[in-house]
Amino acid sequence: MTARIEEFVARGVRPGRRWRAALRRPLAVLPLAYLALLVAGSVLAPLLAPYSPVAADLDHVLAGPSLSHVLGTDALGRDVLARLMYGGRVSLLHAAIVVVTVVVAGVASGIAAGYLDGWFDRAFTWVVDVLLAIPVLMTLLVVLAVVGEHQTVVMVALGVLVSPGLARVVRGATLAVRKELYVAAARVCGLPHHRIVAAHVLPRIAGPVIVQVSLLAGGALLIDAGLSYLGFGAQPPDPTWGDMIAQAASVIDRQPWLLVPPGVVLGLAILAFGLLGDAVRDATAGHSPLPQPARTSTLTPCAEPSAALLSLRGLEVTLAGGRVVVEDLCLEIGHGETVALAGESGCGKSITGRAILDLLPAGGAVTAGSFRFDGEDLAATGPRALRGSRIALISQDPVAALDPVFPIGRQVGELVRLRHGGSRTSVRQRTLQLLRDVNLPEEVARRYPHELSGGMAQRVAIAMALAGEPSLLIADEPTTALDAAVQAEVLALLGRLQAERGMAILLITHDWAVVTSFCRRAYVMYAGHIVESGPVEELLTRPRHPYTEGLLGAMPSRARPGTRLTAIPGSVPEPGQWPSGCHFAPRCTLATPECSAAPVPVSEPDAGHRTRCLHHDELAGGERASA
Amino acid sequence: MLRLIAHRLVVSVVLVFLVSLLAFLLQAAAPGDLARTILGQNFSTEAHEQLRHQLGLDQPVLTQYGQWLRDALHGDLGSSPISGLSVAGEIGNRLPVTLSLIGCATAVTAFVGVALGVVSAVHGGRIGRVVDVLSLIGYALPSFWFALTMVTLFAVTVQLLPATGYVALGASPAGWARSLVLPVATLALPGIAVFAKQTRDAMLDALSRDYVTALRAHGVPERSVILRHALRNAAIPVVTLVGLTFIGLLSGTVFVESVFAMPGLGGLAVQATSSHDIKMIQGVVVVFTVIVVVVNLVVDLAYGGLNPKARVR
Repeated sequence: MTARIEEFVARGVRPGRRWRAALRRPLAVLPLAYLALLVAGSVLAPLLAPYSPVAADLDHVLAGPSLSHVLGTDALGRDVLARLMYGGRVSLLHAAIVVVTVVVAGVASGIAAGYLDGWFDRAFTWVVDVLLAIPVLMTLLVVLAVVGEHQTVVMVALGVLVSPGLARVVRGATLAVRKELYVAAARVCGLPHHRIVAAHVLPRIAGPVIVQVSLLAGGALLIDAGLSYLGFGAQPPDPTWGDMIAQAASVIDRQPWLLVPPGVVLGLAILAFGLLGDAVRDATAGHSPLPQPARTSTLTPCAEPSAALLSLRGLEVTLAGGRVVVEDLCLEIGHGETVALAGESGCGKSITGRAILDLLPAGGAVTAGSFRFDGEDLAATGPRALRGSRIALISQDPVAALDPVFPIGRQVGELVRLRHGGSRTSVRQRTLQLLRDVNLPEEVARRYPHELSGGMAQRVAIAMALAGEPSLLIADEPTTALDAAVQAEVLALLGRLQAERGMAILLITHDWAVVTSFCRRAYVMYAGHIVESGPVEELLTRPRHPYTEGLLGAMPSRARPGTRLTAIPGSVPEPGQWPSGCHFAPRCTLATPECSAAPVPVSEPDAGHRTRCLHHDELAGGERASA
Repeated sequence: MLRLIAHRLVVSVVLVFLVSLLAFLLQAAAPGDLARTILGQNFSTEAHEQLRHQLGLDQPVLTQYGQWLRDALHGDLGSSPISGLSVAGEIGNRLPVTLSLIGCATAVTAFVGVALGVVSAVHGGRIGRVVDVLSLIGYALPSFWFALTMVTLFAVTVQLLPATGYVALGASPAGWARSLVLPVATLALPGIAVFAKQTRDAMLDALSRDYVTALRAHGVPERSVILRHALRNAAIPVVTLVGLTFIGLLSGTVFVESVFAMPGLGGLAVQATSSHDIKMIQGVVVVFTVIVVVVNLVVDLAYGGLNPKARVR
């Protein structure tokens, strides 16, 4: 067994063979070692056992563990250790018979069904459906009643009865492999089926098969022991583990210790198979992690008062693992104002939107900064109390943002009840009014999310956001997932609602066309920093940061016919790999050593137009970008 | 949904036929025959032939099966040649015991398992690890061994609960409950951990969805987010587990009834197997298969009720 492990180590990890690496983990090595010990102890029982398993010593019955009988003696004075070793021969042999039967029947039929497809696959699925519903143990008892004395036949029958489970797993895995391009190519090239199966299919399904076989082996040990416990195993005086437990049960009031050795040996063997399966599964398939402990945000009191509706100062956001994704972020939104937060995906703009509502993913927190809303400092209370009632959020994927199991009316109604209370009728009327406000017919209330189009779902999300009559709506890429025509409708709806209700909107987007048509002012983000902010008109005509300039140069709508679109060389660095100083410096044509020497301060060259660039004077304005 | 249920029903009918036919074929393939078993060691050839004729054993297997099937459809599962008892009557006597056991065990398993799963999904950490350890123990411990250990602890050492036996619900509800504590605990242990794990995975999945973020953003209280929205979504994969657990317990009950000497169907099957009473065990198998079919149907309906996407189809 150790030799095999070393062989795995020597070969190293190859893609698609991760289960081999799994066998090197401590959680796999220990079970393997224990199972190897069991096999050795059983096979070598005639050489190693201290006594004969049937030698009775009536002077020492029911003795506890001692030097002469390490695990004690049973009611007839027979050595428990010797009986365990000889009993293992039967149990392990039976488990092996079951496993071989299952592998032969399950793998062959599963591969055939998954690989050949067509009528064979349909028949296979049907038969497996039927077989999976057969009560296994009961059917096994029928077999026992008929051929009880032939233990091998019983174990083969058990293997056949449990093989549909494995066959189904194998079929699924084979089907997945068969659809891969290289397998399809091999078939087209006329490679014989058995070669394709041997070369491509078998290695890929080995992982799932090992997992299943491991679990089945544990189950086989359990059923085998159970059958001999019930008296259907090898006949006395030959020892089996199940029979030893049954005999211990009869003297339970005189020597309860006798329950321990067979129970522990059997339990550990089943556990070993289970752990082995787990280790291989964890290595070959994704495993959902346990939730991380929540971190509390640390907001500092804000020194200067502000007339703005929302004011963020020096905000820093850290995600799980200590990755800082937003740094020194300052942002203000006035009452009823429409402001854009623009930037490429991954620059931290959505995270900023989430941070405003304290909705960061597990392990994330605001680690510095101050936060004011409507004149109120939130250092002590945090923004949670504002959710829904003062600040609302609509997100990018509108269908996913609705609970799939409740009809729309119930979901909107829950929020209406939460915000306004009242009788069922008044909640219902308000709900329907909200749906009408977003141009949806009333019958949508009875529909489920999966019955809506993206545009309808986004309207529902807007209606839900409006239920609390918020003064600020954070719209996180609200139109990205929608068709162009629907995009325009949703934006028009947002514009109308804003005009009617005097609600401020923070529009998070990567789309400059949306920014120019919808917003007065914009913040531009790059790699966790706000690099430039100001009136949209000014940003377009006189950008004060080379990143903004570069973005505008890449916009097809602004290009002059006959000139090339300019693209910014390189790509956005990942959080954690940010350069020191200016994050844009490595990609910037204007960069000088000072840019990377120290954090670049924000300056305000024109009133209301800020930039985080040392060389903003060298930018000659929008003309240069399109020249 | 209706098509799915119709498909299931067809499969079920085939299943019941198949299982009973299998039992018949096995019986025919077995060495020796029933007449020989009844007559014992010494018998004359004429007596043997006569008994075979009486029992219908000289007919072709399929004819015998047809006869059995006709009777079975009228609720007559024949009578045991060993004990002379009516198979249907005996099963009827013992069914309440087994159904009490499995019903209570399923309820306990589902309730405790889902509660543990929700708590470990929401709080994680220590409770999550407790669930992991519990699931390993539940997986690895043979149920009959665990049952014996429970008896040693709570019936022999502390004498808190009866070690064996069953009290009918009609006779004494308190006695009924006391007699069920240890067997139900034994049956529920392995399943609780499976439920907890499945519920935890389903809850973690549900809690990571966009609609949960949206609900929180709308200011919906955490209680409602977890217990109303996430749990309702997580219940969809978990409900199938209720059916699987119930069916798995049909096997578990065979061992547990034996340890606690409960007069249920599992015990009947074991007894019939030791005495090669194939008529009786055949009846039990058919009844178990029918139970499996009914449970699967109920689960399908519950699934459709919980999952609006399945309902439309």
